[in-house]
Amino acid sequence: MNIYDLTIHELKEKIAAGELTPAEIKKAYSDRINEVEDRVKSYITIIDELAGDELADYENKKEGLLAGIPIAVKDNMSTDGIKTSCGSKMLENYKPPYDAAVVEKLNEAGAVIMGKTNMDEFAMGSSTENSAFFVTHNPWNLNHAPGGSSGGSAAAVAAGECAAALGSDTGGSIRQPASYCGVVGLKPTYGMVSRYGLVAFASSLDQIGPITKDVEDSAILMNVIAGHDPQDSTSIAGKKEDYTKYLKEDVSGMKIGIPEEYFNLEFDEEVKASVLAAVEKLKEAGAEVETVHMTDASYALAAYYVIAPAEASSNLARYDGVRYGLRSEQAADVSEMFTNTRHEGFGDEVKRRIMIGTYALSSGYYDAYYLKAQKVRTLIKDDFDRIFNDFDLILTPTAPSTAIELESKSDPLEMYHTDIFTVPVNIAGVPAMSVPCGFDSNEMPIGLQLIGPHFGEGKIIQAAYTLEKLLNISEKRAEL
Amino acid sequence: MIDKKDVEYAAGLAQLKLDEEEKEKYTEQIGEILNYVDKLSELDTDDVVPTAYTVPMKNVLRKDEVKESLPREKSLANAPDEKDGHFRAPKIMSD
Amino acid sequence: MTTKYETVIGLEVHVQLNTDSKIFCGCSTEFGKEPNENTCPVCLGLPGTLPVLNKKVVDYAIMAGLALNCDIAEYSKFDRKNYFYPDLPKAYQISQFDLPVAENGEIEIETEAGLFNIGVTRVHLEEDAGKLIHEGSIDKSKGSLVDYNRTGVPLIEIVSEPDMRTPAQAKAYLTELKMIMEYLDISDCNMEEGSLRCDANVSLRPVGQEEFGIKAELKNMNSFSAVEKGLEYEVKRQQKLLDEGKKVVQETRTWDESLNKTISMRGKEEAHDYRYFPEPDLVPLEIDAAWKEEMRKEIPELPREKYKRFISELGLPEYDAGVLTGDKDLAVFFEEVLSDYDDPKNLSNWMMGEFLRLLNENGQAPFESGVSPINLAKMLKMIDQDIISGKIAKKVFEKMYNSGSDPETIVEEEGLKQISDEDELENMVDGIIADNPDAVEDVQNGKDRAIGFLVGQVMKETRGKANPGLVNQMLRDKLMD
Repeated sequence: MNIYDLTIHELKEKIAAGELTPAEIKKAYSDRINEVEDRVKSYITIIDELAGDELADYENKKEGLLAGIPIAVKDNMSTDGIKTSCGSKMLENYKPPYDAAVVEKLNEAGAVIMGKTNMDEFAMGSSTENSAFFVTHNPWNLNHAPGGSSGGSAAAVAAGECAAALGSDTGGSIRQPASYCGVVGLKPTYGMVSRYGLVAFASSLDQIGPITKDVEDSAILMNVIAGHDPQDSTSIAGKKEDYTKYLKEDVSGMKIGIPEEYFNLEFDEEVKASVLAAVEKLKEAGAEVETVHMTDASYALAAYYVIAPAEASSNLARYDGVRYGLRSEQAADVSEMFTNTRHEGFGDEVKRRIMIGTYALSSGYYDAYYLKAQKVRTLIKDDFDRIFNDFDLILTPTAPSTAIELESKSDPLEMYHTDIFTVPVNIAGVPAMSVPCGFDSNEMPIGLQLIGPHFGEGKIIQAAYTLEKLLNISEKRAEL
Repeated sequence: MIDKKDVEYAAGLAQLKLDEEEKEKYTEQIGEILNYVDKLSELDTDDVVPTAYTVPMKNVLRKDEVKESLPREKSLANAPDEKDGHFRAPKIMSD
Repeated sequence: MTTKYETVIGLEVHVQLNTDSKIFCGCSTEFGKEPNENTCPVCLGLPGTLPVLNKKVVDYAIMAGLALNCDIAEYSKFDRKNYFYPDLPKAYQISQFDLPVAENGEIEIETEAGLFNIGVTRVHLEEDAGKLIHEGSIDKSKGSLVDYNRTGVPLIEIVSEPDMRTPAQAKAYLTELKMIMEYLDISDCNMEEGSLRCDANVSLRPVGQEEFGIKAELKNMNSFSAVEKGLEYEVKRQQKLLDEGKKVVQETRTWDESLNKTISMRGKEEAHDYRYFPEPDLVPLEIDAAWKEEMRKEIPELPREKYKRFISELGLPEYDAGVLTGDKDLAVFFEEVLSDYDDPKNLSNWMMGEFLRLLNENGQAPFESGVSPINLAKMLKMIDQDIISGKIAKKVFEKMYNSGSDPETIVEEEGLKQISDEDELENMVDGIIADNPDAVEDVQNGKDRAIGFLVGQVMKETRGKANPGLVNQMLRDKLMD
């Protein structure tokens, strides 16, 4: 295997065994980026110059969990002195004066940050086509989207342009691209990973999580980034574990629920077949699989498309041209500056969601929309809690299809529907992981979603690890 | 169910400038989305408490201690315009 | 034809809390720093930053609520108030909408017309915005300059019920509020520095009508007198409109200090749709009985209680009680002296007289001068014991004020002890009698006033140290048999 195809744990073994040095690893990944980047286009910013400092620092951080390991970071996480654009013209030249909490943790662990990856603008999108700069291509088929909004991160991992990456997930933005790109993507329980430094989209839904080549890497990365942060008031204390202790091949007695209402929705037959085949494998390995009844996922989607835009409309109001970011040249007075800056700085989807959100919060509509959606949110949370009383995990497809073709969806609602299986998870705040479970007849990756109860990352990792070993496809790489 | 006036109102509140074409387009698209959202009314939520907080904590508080502020140059580093240590913006109102 | 109208006034007062750090970040709240020196990613609202609540801010809000006789919420939360303005970095203010920290309070105020209870609707927490100044003059502005030092400074907003009926009551309410906040020591309460701000809602209704009239909101009153003048002007303005059969427009008006009138801001301030929703970056507050009790213990005797107690228990006149309790430090100083001295009226005279005079001359606060409560008590006792005369005491006091020395040392060093020794006095008196035969003759001829002259001579001779009472008695004994 090429160095750039290796996982974090394989790289660490080789470093420990003296077979590879961090400098060699860094070079291998840099070369790979040079080789494929003009076709995949995962990165908005490639961080070359810093490599020297970080490698020099390697001696000091040798004991770090990610010492010498190249990691990519989605471009909505603040990196001190390094452009953080969120895929938007609004922040095209914005350089934060501070590091996000997760970036600090990566640095402390000795990681080599390769660059900032492409994304849908302000994390609003499901294909990374909403990036204001360029489109990222799926390494498995360059005419297809990598998914979104963490498309750049998922593509970079799948293309061997980094050992692993961080993404963010508000309605599926880690899991869906992971599914499309044949890699592992985990959205932790809301509150497990600090949001300090994550440019906010929907505050009550956003979470940062790992995108990796396999489940073991996901556990390693979680050990680095999870945990309480006093800078984030919604960050939970006392729940972090050593996630690598769940890397066991054992699902005997695990009760897994298959929601009938989710599987009854119309979606790609090959995806369904692949997911159900994986279910059989889990059954053979000793898991107890049963059909369960849950609220139709479309209600969660409807609630999401009120709550997320509402919070986003408020979170994105700060982009007004006064303190940083774009300022329109047409700015004869403050009012003109506000409206022109936001007109020039924001793309279509962002404007659309800001308006929906503003409308949903406005006088006369708050009760009918925002308040109603928050109540439905309670119903959905209770629904999940109810199932998890009796079940360890819930299993669904991650996405209703494999990676869509680029430029194939022009209707916003159609694009929103690709999140149907992932959104309920964010609404309930529970953790979920997308793990590759097969390929369709076009060799495009299919992902399966394992949902756990609050703080159930351990169970998810264990089941996913077991499945990964059973399916034995985790070493397959995209041919570029 | 949402008309152009509503879109204009929302755009105004959100400080977004839209031309006529955009107003038409957004009115249609947002209308479709809100139609979909309307299915929320199919669920009975009369006695349901809204979820305002996704985490169970209360009283997350910090001590009243002064921490070092950002050096002023760093605060102003991304400013599109500055003067005498102030962020500079256009005047409030045109005549 | 003038109909009789009743004035209805409600006040919204913003009080800056004097915590060391801001409400949601660790930046200093210190006033008067260079622009943008007290800022950080959080209070600048940089993308990705999050608020973390300062416990002391909540402590102070609970104290304020208790001091205003409010119910303290068991469950309280923060909400976002969304609007665009250059001095608002996040384009929303973190405030409280429907579940404030305190509600349903009231305070007692006193005006010349009597005592009144003014209701306090609510007390809630919010963050302050930055400072925007117009570059150039207001009408020919070239730009806006923004300083974000003030963003994130903690505020409590105190909203009164529309219970005030005269501008005088409004002023009394504001004064009482300021004193309470000073007694609690949670704010500098300085209107000139902006740590105390007041907006007013004013309306008129025909006497006897229950329904409120249309109200105007008054802003930009930057001193107590401006509040009173602004309200008086506005009442007259609305009265005139109504008398002419016109309607009062619901609008925001700004007080113009130079023109002495309120001016409409209509057109520049439309009704805002603030789209309040619960702040998702903060978690709710649960204020239990223990926390309330802890804060209740921090509340000292409040101004009105102290005022009433000074009158009823210490027997002080209303005027004295008013002056002494009008300043917290003065009241505390007064009480500290009293722990060692038992004539409140005498003490009051000294404090309202000499002490306040010197404090005002030197621009100092009661505990900043050289006079300590112990030393003042000592000095007053020395007067009572005739060790020094009242007149000499004034000199001693001034010396104490400037040097910080104790009175015994000063009297010793300057030789200011009152001469009360009978033999010593008799010598002086005999000497003065011998030197002033004409005056002596006057006394013996019944001119009582000449005694005064002779006493004066003894005082002059002894440079004020002779005990005037004894001297007077002695002269009478010797000359008026």
